[in-house]
Amino acid sequence: MQELSNTFWDAFGLLLRFDADLYEIIGLSLKVSFTALIFACLIGIPLGALLASTPFRGRAVINVLVNTLMGMPPVVVGLILYLILSANGPLGVLQLLYTPTAMILAQAVLVTPIVAALSRQALEEMNEEYTEQFKLFGLGKTEILKTLIWEARYALLTAILAGLGRAMAEVGAVLIVGGNIDHLTRVMTTTIALETSRGNLAIALGLGIVLIGISLIINASLYAMRYTAKASRYG
Amino acid sequence: MDKTSTILPLEGSGLSVVRDGRVLLDVDHVKLGKQGVTCILGHNGAGKSLLLKVLSGLVKPDLGLVRWNGASIERADYKKFGYMKQNAVLLRRSAKANLEFPLLSFGWSKQDASTKADAALEKAGLTHITHSSARVLSGGERQRLSLARMLIVSPQIAILDEPTASLDPESTAAIEQTIKSLSGTGVPVILVTHNLNQARRLADNIIFLHQGKILSQQSSLSFFNNPECEEAKKFISE
Repeated sequence: MQELSNTFWDAFGLLLRFDADLYEIIGLSLKVSFTALIFACLIGIPLGALLASTPFRGRAVINVLVNTLMGMPPVVVGLILYLILSANGPLGVLQLLYTPTAMILAQAVLVTPIVAALSRQALEEMNEEYTEQFKLFGLGKTEILKTLIWEARYALLTAILAGLGRAMAEVGAVLIVGGNIDHLTRVMTTTIALETSRGNLAIALGLGIVLIGISLIINASLYAMRYTAKASRYG
Repeated sequence: MDKTSTILPLEGSGLSVVRDGRVLLDVDHVKLGKQGVTCILGHNGAGKSLLLKVLSGLVKPDLGLVRWNGASIERADYKKFGYMKQNAVLLRRSAKANLEFPLLSFGWSKQDASTKADAALEKAGLTHITHSSARVLSGGERQRLSLARMLIVSPQIAILDEPTASLDPESTAAIEQTIKSLSGTGVPVILVTHNLNQARRLADNIIFLHQGKILSQQSSLSFFNNPECEEAKKFISE
């Protein structure tokens, strides 16, 4: 019990002393996850809107694919990307393996289906409500997608934040394609795994506290936004 | 379609809609666009709303042709078409933004749309809710806003599907007054209602539907005094 308590105090000490290494890791984690999230949203939200609003050949197949990818084990995604990005792989010439770019790619691949599926779910119901009205407004397909996305903005934030949570918690794929290289590709989750195995529990716990803090902030923001949207009936 | 061309009349021939083996609509010929207020009457499930949706191009019939001013509605131009549903479908935006939206989507400039929306809110007596979310309005305010949104495009025809259902007498009177004024400007108004008294107050012509078929098309006076079919007689006396 005493040891646990000491570890906690050491972890807080590291955070409060603004340990440079620790904050470098936190900074890289946020950079990788937010960049991946931006790419995931740029692809996932329009894809979700398209799946929700436009009947086309092969839509069912894409729906099944998106749902399947949502549950894809991160290590498998990491392995596939490793094969693609390694020196002998199709994209080996880009020399992206063991770089933050590879980690962004891995997280984007994992998060895009989540954002797409949750967006589709949010937009499907709204599309049903608005279909006739959109026709009466004379909207074309692109305008319908744009309007739907704007109308569902609060619901889509849930999808975006769920994606961010998934990206921040990711360890398997980024470990494989990033390599957990000190001062280059070391992020919070991979550091926690490494330092725990080394017995440096204070660093691991310090980062764990930061991760929980971020998760708390994400969920509190989500709750506040949903509450505001509900109160003003914009959501 | 340019601004001066007309979309009237709305015509349907040989219309049939069948769902799960049940005939919901079976209309030989119908033509809408006559000046004045035309009320569409009939029991629940008679096909009143469905007929209007088919003629508006919102529902594709299984059989039959719909034409606006003799032209196919495959690529219908809704710029001058007014349609108001029973339950107003309002965007998750302010009341003013809801009025601006159709104008912007039909190519108006932001400035002109804003000016027109302000004027429409004032005319509808809704200036107090200009910046309120359209989704927090009362039932009466929602319907009045929906009516204002329909009128803002200066439609050549106005179709209203039970616009006063579940509204209080004051809101009902306000909407009826707008319908009368609109009809007075020469815009044909098509009104679906369950309220026979409302039909008596407003209608110039009546179309009576029964089990998906049009059984009678008469002037209001003649319909209420001397209905053409037994079903209509029964409907009036209920």
